[in-house]
Parts: sequence; structure tokens; C-alpha cells
Amino acid sequence: MTDLSLIPREEAVAGSRAPVFARAALYAILILFSVYYLLPLFVMVVNSLKPLSEIQQGNMLALPRDWTLAPWLSAWDQAQIGIQATGLAPYFWNSIKMVVPAVLIATVLGAVNGYVLTKWRFPGHRIVFGLMLFSCFIPFQIVLIPMARVLGLIGLAGTTPGLVLVHVVYGLGFTTLFFRNYYEAFPNELIRAAEMDGAGFWQIFTRILLPSSGPIIVVTVIWQFTNVWNDFLFGASFASPQSQPITVALNNLVNSSTGVREYNVHFAGAILAALPTLLVYVVAGRYFVRGLMAGAVKG
Amino acid sequence: MGSLDIVHLKKSYGSVQVLNDINLSIEKGGFLVLVGPSGCGKSTLLNTIAGLEPISGGEIRIAGRDVSELKPADRDIAMVFQSYALYPTMTVAQNIAFGLEMRKVPKPEREAAVKRVAETLQITHLLDRKPSQLSGGQRQRVAMGRALTRNPQVFLFDEPLSNLDAKLRVDMRTEIKRLHERLKTTIVYVTHDQIEAMTLATKIAVLKGGVLQQFGTPGEIYDNPANLFVAEFMGSPSMNLVRAGVDPDGAAVTLARGGEPLRLPVKAGRILAGYCGREIIVGIRPEAITEPRTENGADPSVVVSDFRIDVVEPTGADVYAISELGGRQAIGRCSAGYPIRAGQTARLAIHTDKIVYFDPKTEERIG
Amino acid sequence: MTLASMPLTTDRPQPRRRSIGDWLPRLVLAPSFAAVLLFVYGFILFSIYLSMTSSRLLPVYDFIGFGNYVRLFSLPNWWVALKNLAIFGSLYIAICCALGLLLAILLDQRIRAEGLIRPIFLYPMALSFIVTGTAWKWMLDPGIGIAQTMHALGWESFSFTWIKDGEMAIYTIVIAAVWQSSGFIMAMFLAGLRGIDGEMLKAAQIDGASAFQTYRRIVIPQLKPVFLSAFVVLAHLAIKSYDLVVAMTNGGPGRATEMPSTFMYSYTFTRSQMGVGASSAVIMLMMISAVIIPYLYSELAGKARS
Repeated sequence: MTDLSLIPREEAVAGSRAPVFARAALYAILILFSVYYLLPLFVMVVNSLKPLSEIQQGNMLALPRDWTLAPWLSAWDQAQIGIQATGLAPYFWNSIKMVVPAVLIATVLGAVNGYVLTKWRFPGHRIVFGLMLFSCFIPFQIVLIPMARVLGLIGLAGTTPGLVLVHVVYGLGFTTLFFRNYYEAFPNELIRAAEMDGAGFWQIFTRILLPSSGPIIVVTVIWQFTNVWNDFLFGASFASPQSQPITVALNNLVNSSTGVREYNVHFAGAILAALPTLLVYVVAGRYFVRGLMAGAVKG
Repeated sequence: MGSLDIVHLKKSYGSVQVLNDINLSIEKGGFLVLVGPSGCGKSTLLNTIAGLEPISGGEIRIAGRDVSELKPADRDIAMVFQSYALYPTMTVAQNIAFGLEMRKVPKPEREAAVKRVAETLQITHLLDRKPSQLSGGQRQRVAMGRALTRNPQVFLFDEPLSNLDAKLRVDMRTEIKRLHERLKTTIVYVTHDQIEAMTLATKIAVLKGGVLQQFGTPGEIYDNPANLFVAEFMGSPSMNLVRAGVDPDGAAVTLARGGEPLRLPVKAGRILAGYCGREIIVGIRPEAITEPRTENGADPSVVVSDFRIDVVEPTGADVYAISELGGRQAIGRCSAGYPIRAGQTARLAIHTDKIVYFDPKTEERIG
Repeated sequence: MTLASMPLTTDRPQPRRRSIGDWLPRLVLAPSFAAVLLFVYGFILFSIYLSMTSSRLLPVYDFIGFGNYVRLFSLPNWWVALKNLAIFGSLYIAICCALGLLLAILLDQRIRAEGLIRPIFLYPMALSFIVTGTAWKWMLDPGIGIAQTMHALGWESFSFTWIKDGEMAIYTIVIAAVWQSSGFIMAMFLAGLRGIDGEMLKAAQIDGASAFQTYRRIVIPQLKPVFLSAFVVLAHLAIKSYDLVVAMTNGGPGRATEMPSTFMYSYTFTRSQMGVGASSAVIMLMMISAVIIPYLYSELAGKARS
């Protein structure tokens, strides 16, 4: 796992003696790109605080003249989603009910899998890991049809527990990868020392490895949380209208063809749907990036 | 404390034999050092004693009990690891007590044991710190403390000093020796450093390529190395190994050199039977090539001759004189005051009673 | 997102663990592995089988061979989806890499505000594609979006109608996807740059190389592994991309932004052509495998060697 060290390197390639105007140009370009990346968020925020008429008059970049929270309230518990005017609130809670168990279960399983795959190797451990790893990358279209059948068979079709199952199963590959790579770097001598001290399989895990696993637990939880929260395909395929996650509800809200298009409500809804993951990003961005990078860059 | 016996021990990974019929034993309270170059199998041997790696054949007995099939925790041993392997999230006290805790020793006893060990090792003031807050030498002590608490039959040390700087290494070496003398513990100690082996051991086992080369006291190993490998590996600077021709009567050997050849008598009363007229290899420790002293005068085993000195290396206490002998660089060791200069000749005395002879084919010591 | 760091340690023989037995660790791993075997590999086999049946609304289990594949490749919609994937995938990968590398190099110039700017480039990666799609859908909407804003600001002739234009709509998806992913690629390149030996750069300076030459001749060639990782990450995201298309254009206008993923979904679940849908999913799996398997293999083999 590559820790994206956030400390600027001492020997930057160039620039120390670069002329002032080059420095200025550099900053100008960086600011320009910052604007580009921030623009959609800015547009969403300002337009979610405007009455619809202001948007229809057409200056997306302007600040609201009449500040209003009405679009937010509407998006939260009044807007028409599908056939019911419930707002996004029930779907927000659906997502929470789906995400929390899916994250906890997949993280716990990933941790013990990583532990076994590094510290208790058995013949064939590579094949097992390779198969789990490849499962991270499959296009989920390939499992949609049989998964729908199986969820029906076991009575979980259209339910939140069904979605939890789906997210745990298809999250396992990554959570296992994270813990495996982390524990791979954990000194084997410590395991041996603990063994000589008389610690058993679970004692070694809970007393020696887990207390040192803080960072990777954070990385894994954030990764799994972001993925499950942001998922659309599984939610759209396997949820019933009562158990839809917020991404599916948001898409229904935005793309419903009936009635007036309440852009301001759409933007407020989009921010609502993005809020939890954005919050995680703001609070623990370093770990979020580490999760993204986990493995993607040679260390 | 208990004895340790290793009987016909074999270990292979697939078809690769990494330990080949090892037989060793160390008495109660003994200090056995396993020494050899990297990859010789010494660490593997230690791991099999610890039970961290399975054996393919033979037997390991600790205090007379066959432990070959027991897991590490049941062998009544403790180990100090090369990296110290201190648990990073526990304090020093918790680290030391962990083994007792796992064995369900009641808390008051654990605390008493930690206190006792901490006093022995003078680390009482460190007990509440985390390993990351300790210096290398302190970590080393904690690692030893962790092993000491359990009072096991045998202590295993896996290159415990190799992560310390030179000065600290010497201090800790002395400390380990003192500890051993005080506690009379049975110790098995792995190192690649032959000086550590010589200073610490009561018995040394020299390994190479998974084969036991020689097993004996430091004195035996140093004075009578079993073969060329041991001769070269033990001692610094290493033993001079020079080709020489044996006289037809087997009573002396002749070494070629730039000028007049050097003729050295074989130890009085000994004959290199079976090698008469053949070429062998003689091994001479550097300290057996030294400045002549007056008291040597009457000693027939001391041969004094003129050598052309190529290089002079003063080390402070000694000065090494390097000269050509039998087509190779040979090192002699003189006191610092002895006046020798590179490019000049100097008189050196060779103590032939210290010479050992090797068969050039089998590389084994003769006799 | 990928796993380049999969150190496979030298196969050091493992300790004998008699009392715990060999079974406990395997038992602990077994549920996860069984789940993966069933839900991933079992399902893949099931889908492959389905793709060779005449299933329509519901699965049926008659074996008809490769008929669905023949039919799939005779459907104009499928070819539209493939063509769109080719356009989207190549532009998405190329622009993300170019932009990511550029931004990484710019940020690597001892920028004082780096700690502020980097998170700004990266935050889109935390968003759902549905959110991204919603934002860009309305921003690019000719009725209320940027075009309208330009008019309001007095640039009356400004026109930007790509999202409504069957020829151009696919490019709007590229714009949104690049916005979302390029910051992440930037982070990958930045990590790569930070991993380059500083002494080598000093040596280049002493050799008289300009900053530009240093990057072109010394730094960028050393980033080859990052390019490879970025390619694999982006290619696999491109083939899988579904949410963004649904949110922005829902495959439209008409079927102009159809992608293999949307094609699979609509043929399977709304057009009741499950056999064809399954065969399109199998083709998607094959495309991803063609990218991922060699990569995983080289990573595993490379690590095993070292």
C-alpha cells in the first residue's frame, strides 16, 4: 500500500529559481483548475438556495437574490419521488440502514481474511487470494441476473438485508486486499514472539494485530462506505420502491418526466445524497485517498 | 534450566536439504553459539528448536523431553528475536508480562515477575513506555526481559545484537555474558559474528550449507579447526592458509616464497604420515607469525626468518605485517613497537607448534 | 482501485501449528471464499450458460449455442454501444492521464497551497456518479445551464447543445467523467513523482538539464508503471460505467449514448431479451478480463520474482 505522503519533497524538480512571472503563471493555472473542479459544487449549492424562477431566468453562476431554504426542505421530505411525495428522507435512511451493516460485516471479514492470508498461509493461499482479488474488477452486469434469482430464492428480493448481502459479497475482495497488504508488512517475528508467549489464533489477532490496525480499518471503512453509499446499479436492480437507496431515489427525482422540473430541488437533493461521503472526505480525506491508491501505485 | 539435545536432525524444503543430520548437545547452563555465514542454516536450526518450523527427521530434546512435535508455546523456551519483536501497542511492562498473561498467571504474580526482571535488567524506569520510545539498547533489554520472565528451560537468541551499533554491541555482549554467568541459564545463540561466538560460547557449532562443520569449545574450534572452512571463518584476521610441500620423511613442510623457501618443522614427535612428498595446506594464525623474542632462542619449534614486507597495517595495539608466502598474502601480527616498514625486510618468528595441516582434496584437518 | 501492491512474500514455509490445527484459519476464511466462489464465479458461469439459452423474460435452460452472440453482433444498438465505449474510453483515458500528469507536475513545484489545492482536485472522486451526472446534466442543459448563463451575461450567440445532440452527447459524458476521475489520476501521478529519487534530479540539474528536459527525459519515463496502473483503473471504470450515463442522458438522446452497460440492462430487464443481455454481459467481462488479467498476472509474477 502506498502512503501518499503529503509532505512536499525537499528536492522539487524545478522552480526554486524560476522567474517570478513563471511562478505567477503556475499559480494562475492551478487556480483556474481549482475553479473548474469547484464549479459544479458551487453551481449546485447556489442554485439549491434560489427560487426556481431565478434559475429559469438563466444565470447559473449568480448568487441567489432571494435566499431560500425551500428547495432543501422540499428535497428532504416533500418532493415527488416515483409516485409518492415523500422527499428523499426515507431513502436517505434506507441508505444508512444498508451502509452500516454492509460496511461493518465486510470490514470484519476483510480483516480476518487478510490475517489468515498473510499469517496463517496454507497451500493454495495464492489462488484463493487471486480469485478474491479478481472479483473486485468484474463488471457487475455479469452477476445481475443470477443474483436477482438467488435473492428471490432466499426471500431477500427487494429488501435492505438483500442489498447488504450484495454489498458485503462484492465488497469482500477489496476489504480483504486492504487488510492483506497491510498485514503483509506486519513483521512475522511479532507473530512468532506471540506464539512463543502462548497466544493462540484469536489472541494473536485481537491482542497483537488489531491494536495496530487503526489506519487500515479507517481506510477500509471509508472505502466501503463510499462505494456502498454511492452505488446505483445494485440499488436500481435489487431494491423495491420501499428499500431504494438515495442514489436511486435521486435519479428518479431528477429524471422523472412529470410536472415542472424543479432544478433547485434537484440540486438540493444531489447535495443531500453527496453530503455523507463529502463529509467523510473532509474529515478523513487522507485515508480516503489512501484507499483509492491502495495498490494502484507501485510503492 | 535444562539441557538441549539435537539428534540426527534433518530439515528440507521440498527436495532442498537445508539441515543435514545435525547432532548437537549442550549441558544444563551451557551457552551454545550457532555460527556460520548467511544461508548456512543456523537460523533455521534455531527456528526448529523453537518449534517455529517443522523438522523432517530426527529429534529435539529439551531437558530430556522430546519436544519435536510440540508447538512453540509448549516447549518451555523463550526467544529473543533479531528485530526484538516488541508488541508496538503495549507498554514495556505489558510486553514483558504478555507471555505470563497468555499462560493465565494471576496478575499479582505477573507484576512481581515484571518487577524482578526489570530490576535485573535495570529497566524499571522504562516500564510504562511504548517500544517506539526506546533506544536500540533499551529495546534489546526489554526483549531479553520478556524472555527472562518465564524462566524457561532454554533461551534462544536470534542474532540479537545485529541491529545495534558497534559500541553498543560490545557493551550488550558483555551484558549477556554477565547475565548468563549470574543466572546460569541454558542459551542457544545464533550469530554470524565469529567474535561474538568466541567470546560468549561454552560450545560453538559452525554450520555451512546445512551441514555441521565442527562442534566444540571455542578453544578447540580456534586452535584445531576441523577443516579449511572453519579455519578461514573463525578468527580475524583469518588464518593464513598456504600451500606447502611435505618433506619425504614427513617431518617438515616447505613453503615457497619470493626468495629462499621457508622450511618449517612439524611439531616434535609428529609425522605427516601418508602425505610424505605430497602437497598439503598449512594453516598459520597471524599471531603465530610475530616478532622474535629472546626467550624463543632455545625453542626448536620457533623458526626465525627474514621476510620481505609488502604492506604494514597498524591497528593501534598491534601492527599487521603482510608478506608473500606460498604464492599468497600472509598476515603476521607484531606488537605495535616492532619496527617494520613496507618494502623492507624484517625478521619474523613462526611458532610452528600452532600450525595446523589440511588435506587439499578433502579440505579436512590432518591428524 | 487496483492492487498493484500485492507483495507475495517468498514462500517461506510456515510454522507447524499443531494444537490449533490447520483447520481453524481455513475455517475462518471459508465463508468468504465460498461466498466469492458462489456469488462471483458461480454466477459468472450461470450467466455464461444463460447467454447460450433462449431466455427472454425469465431464464430457461435450453442450450442453443452461440445464437445470442450472433444476434448481439447483428444489433445496431450493440454496435452503437461499442462505438460509444471506444470514443468514451479512449478520450476518458487519454484526457485523464494528460490532465492528471499535468496537474501533478504543476503541484510538484513546491506549491505552498498544495494542501489546499489537492483536496479540491480530488473531492469529485468522493461523489456518486449520480450526483455528478445530475450536476453536469443541468450545467450543460441548453435551457438553464452554461449556455443560458452566457446569454444572461450578454454573449447572445453562445450556443452549447451537445447534450441534446445525438452526435455530440457522448462527449458531454466524457466531460463529466473526466471531471470526476482526473483528480484521482493526478494523485497517482503525484505519488509517482514523489517516489522518484531526489538525487537523480540533482544530478540532472548538475548535468545542465532544464526543468522541461528533466521531466521529459528523466521523470516521465520513470512514471511508466503509473501510466500502466492509471490505464488499468480507467479502462476498467470506462467499461463498467453505467450510473453516469443513466444520470446524464439515460442513453439518449435516442440511443446516442448507449453503452454496453446500459445496453445489457435494458435488454435484460426492460426488453425481456435475457439471453442477449447475458451475452452482452459476458462480452463486457471478457473486455475487462483482457485488461485486468494480464495486469494482475504481471504484478503477481513481478512480485514473486523480486
